[in-house]
This record gives sequence, structure tokens and C-alpha cells, in this order.
Amino acid sequence: MKKILVPVKMVLDANARPRVRADETGIDLSGMRMSINPFCEIAVEEALRLKEAGQAEEVVIVSIGPAKAQDTLRQALAMGADRALLIQTDETVEPLAVAKLLHAVVMDEPPDLVILGKQAIDDDCNQTGQMLAALLGWPQATFASAIRAEEGRLLVTREIDAGLQTLSLPLPAIVTTDLRLNEPRHCALPNIMKARKKPLTIRMPADYGVDVRRRLKVLAVRPPSGRKPGIKVATASELVGDLRAAGLV
Amino acid sequence: MTILLIADHDNRVLSDATGRALTALCAMDDAVHILVAGHRAGPVAESAARLCGAGRIILADDAAFAHGLAEPLAALVVSLAGDYRAIAAPATSGGKDVLPRVAALLDVMQVSDVVRIVSPDTFERPIYAGNAVAVVQSTDEKKLLTIRTSAFAAAGTIDAAVPIEEVRAPHGVWLARFEGETLSSRDRPDLASARVVVSGGRALGSAEKFQDVLGPLAERLHAAIGASRAAVDAGYAPNDLQVGQTGKVVAPDLYIALGISGAIQHLAGMKDSKIIVAINKDEDAPIFQVADYGIVGDLFEIVPELEKALG
Repeated sequence: MKKILVPVKMVLDANARPRVRADETGIDLSGMRMSINPFCEIAVEEALRLKEAGQAEEVVIVSIGPAKAQDTLRQALAMGADRALLIQTDETVEPLAVAKLLHAVVMDEPPDLVILGKQAIDDDCNQTGQMLAALLGWPQATFASAIRAEEGRLLVTREIDAGLQTLSLPLPAIVTTDLRLNEPRHCALPNIMKARKKPLTIRMPADYGVDVRRRLKVLAVRPPSGRKPGIKVATASELVGDLRAAGLV
Repeated sequence: MTILLIADHDNRVLSDATGRALTALCAMDDAVHILVAGHRAGPVAESAARLCGAGRIILADDAAFAHGLAEPLAALVVSLAGDYRAIAAPATSGGKDVLPRVAALLDVMQVSDVVRIVSPDTFERPIYAGNAVAVVQSTDEKKLLTIRTSAFAAAGTIDAAVPIEEVRAPHGVWLARFEGETLSSRDRPDLASARVVVSGGRALGSAEKFQDVLGPLAERLHAAIGASRAAVDAGYAPNDLQVGQTGKVVAPDLYIALGISGAIQHLAGMKDSKIIVAINKDEDAPIFQVADYGIVGDLFEIVPELEKALG
């Protein structure tokens, strides 16, 4: 294949603890460390491995988000991607609108394969890849734990509730990544320097004529109901006594 | 107005997830039709027809639906979407795969992982791995919902079955092709619906020890076996046992965490369990912050004592 497109999202770093705003309007991200969504990082890594194996010629990264998301794109470029596109907006863009923007980008490019993370660890929606596949009329393989390119088709092993399933897809196609697909590489300093010179284009959602207004009104964001503090018990028999008393064993 | 629920099944057995999603939807105060799309899935439709709350069963029996692939199933659901006010699926791997595809075809923004139905257009769902709960109101005319089944009880059954109506598969060319599957053995209770879950982490140290330590305890408690991401990544347990933000979400009566530190993404998958027991040698492990009962110590010593005490 010629080109792989990898959409990536900048999210609150996986190791940071989200703080719910006191006025219930959302999560307070001010001053928090932002990073590439871990599933998106896996998608970038997989695209690069396909390229390095001679299966693809170019890896293009796209992100939709604020100006700061350029950092996320630069990270993907430092990992080895060829060029990047930022569709810049400070608004929260829902998966359906993201899929519509990506649809427009696919029409512009067009890639042979789009690899996305299966979900972003902030909104936990798990929708964008499937929605993009629907809008394009392309086949989809979600939750991939292995990908093999073979005679113009893609063999994808998927993690499903009952075990593993393998699908064969013709190209072009959509794949979304699960955790065990690969372990993303670390970026070496020279590559980070080199990435600064790689092309990064900036556009606006309006350039694509896509309506990105929200369909879901967020009425409140609250902390989860907490659990009552528990107790430490000294021995297994004490534990069993308590569980028996509660009718659990 | 009516709701369409896409059943989760393996062509032989209707999953417990379907009945739980039905319970959630019945709170929307509407009739619920259940769609069984499968191949030789008649017995599944018959089970669905006895779920308390089901108004009608729609059976689409065709080889195209044999493996639940998203393309034909989404096309079928879209062809049926018509007057349904809401279309829902349990948030299983199958539901998560197909419903966003349906949503985009209908130009609807889906609400994923609903844990509470506040009103027919307002829903609660966890975000940030369950570190916050968002209350969202859908402005789309049709609502598309995946239901987090651990948040709802299973629907009861009734003796008198509701009618089963058969529909034909839509015509189309489906691009993705099923090649094969490796299914885990089913000799233990299902993780997503078990009353008791025994889960192991990286501290187990190997696949053999994972099985040797968890197997007998799970047997004794009639429990399902779960695992942390670290244990699955290390190859101690298969992927379908993973409990967490991106694995299975469980809420059993009793959850026993063995050698699991309690990373945020693991807690997201089990912190709604009724009673949590944690055994870990690190007394500062975050798992103890959600545990009702904690034992600080070596699990390889404590688990055999636990089995002995259980008798």
C-alpha cells in the first residue's frame, strides 16, 4: 500500500489523576500534563512497523484539537511518521464530527489504510473508527491485537469477549488498535530534532465544511460515588469469618 | 414509541448481557423489541422471547450474521431503524463494534457505556476510566446507546413467550471476511456475569502459578477468573480475562484481587463490585483504597490458608 493515515488525539496523561471541577462543568485540565492517547500511540507504532517492513510508503498523522496538539503531532513525527496535519479547534469535537472531518481528510489524501486507537482514555467513547468506516463504506476490524499485510489484504486478529477472532479485509480499510498490538518505541533525541523540520499543516474545521456542533449536551460532570473505607484483617480465617457473616461464601 | 435492542449471543446461547441491557431500557418506559441477528440462531430467539420486558423478537437468520460482523449487522439495523425512538446494544465487544457504525449511518451521536438512564434523553456515563461521571443529554431525535451491563440486574424470565417475527437480511456486498477464531474454554462461570470473581495480577509471576493459585480457589467459590492488564500483558492469562477500563467491566457480589496493585485502569473495571477483597504484600498498593477487606501479605501463603478456612 502507498499511504497509511493515523489519526491521533491529545489527552490528559494516563498517569495524571483527573480533577473534577467544583462547578461540575468538566475536568480541570489547566496546568495538567497532556500526552498522546496511548491507543493512538500504538496506532502510530503499527503504521511505522508496516512502513519499515516495506508494506507502506508513507505514514501521515492527523489530529483534531487545540494548537497545543502540535506537540502530539511532533511526537508522532519523531517516532518516524512523514508528515502531519492539525485541524485546529478549541472546541470539544465529538466522535461523530471527528469521523466526518477524517472522512474529508481521507477524500483529500486518500490513504489505503487508516489505523486509529480503539478509544481515547478521556471520553472513553470507542466510536470514531467504526463511524469513519461507516461514512466511507469501508470494512472495519476493531480492537486489533495483530495485523499482517498479505497479498493486498489485511489479516487482523481482534480481541473479543470470548477470545480472539481473525478477519481478512480488502484495502482500503479501517483498523482500531487494542493494547497488545505492539509496544511503541521511545523517541531518540536526534529524531525529536529532526521531527521539527518535518511538514506540519494547519487547517480549520470550516475548511472542510463540517458542522462540529455538539449533539450531546453535558449537563454535569461529577466525581464517582466513593466507596466506604474498608478494614485490614490479619488472617485468612478472620476474612472468611467476615465473608461468611455477610453471606458471601 | 419503541426501542430496538440488539441481542448479544453466539448463535446458541443468549448472553446474560442482553437481559441486563433490557432491564436498563425498560426504565425508559417504552416497548422494547429485541433483534436476534445470527445463523441458525432460533434457540437464541426463543430465549429472548421469554425475557421479562421484551415486547417482540425480530429474528434475522442468515449466514451473513454467523459471526456478528459489523458490516451486514449495521446494514440490517439501519434497514430496521425506521420508527424506533432508540437503538441500543449491550457494551460487549460485539455491541461496541457495530453500534457506532449504525450511529454514523443514521447521523446520530452515540452515548457509550450508559450506567444510568435519567430520562428518555438524558444518561449517565463514566469518563476518564470511571474517575468522573458525565450526565449527557442527547439532542438527536433518535438515541443510540450502548449499555454498561454491570450496572443493571438481569431481566427475569416469563413462561409465555412473546412473538418472534422473521426478517430477511439486506442485500449487500460485505468486505470483511471471517477467517477464524480462538475461543477460550468455558469451564468456568462467565466473567461478566459471575457472582464471585477471583482476579490475579503480575505478582503471580507465571502462567503456571496463575493457574495453580487461582484455579482451586475459583473452583471452591464457583468463581470466574479475571486478570489485571499487567498479568495479561505478561502472558499469565488470556486477553478475554482482562478486567479494566479497556477490558471487561465487572460488578460481582464478591471480587477477590490477588497480587493486583490497583492501577486506575484496573479499578475502572471492578470498583463497582459489592464487596472487594484485596491481598497484596505492598500495604500502600492503591487497591487497598477501594477494598472492603484487605490482607497485607504474601498471596502464596495466604491463598492456601484461605482455601483451608473455607473448608
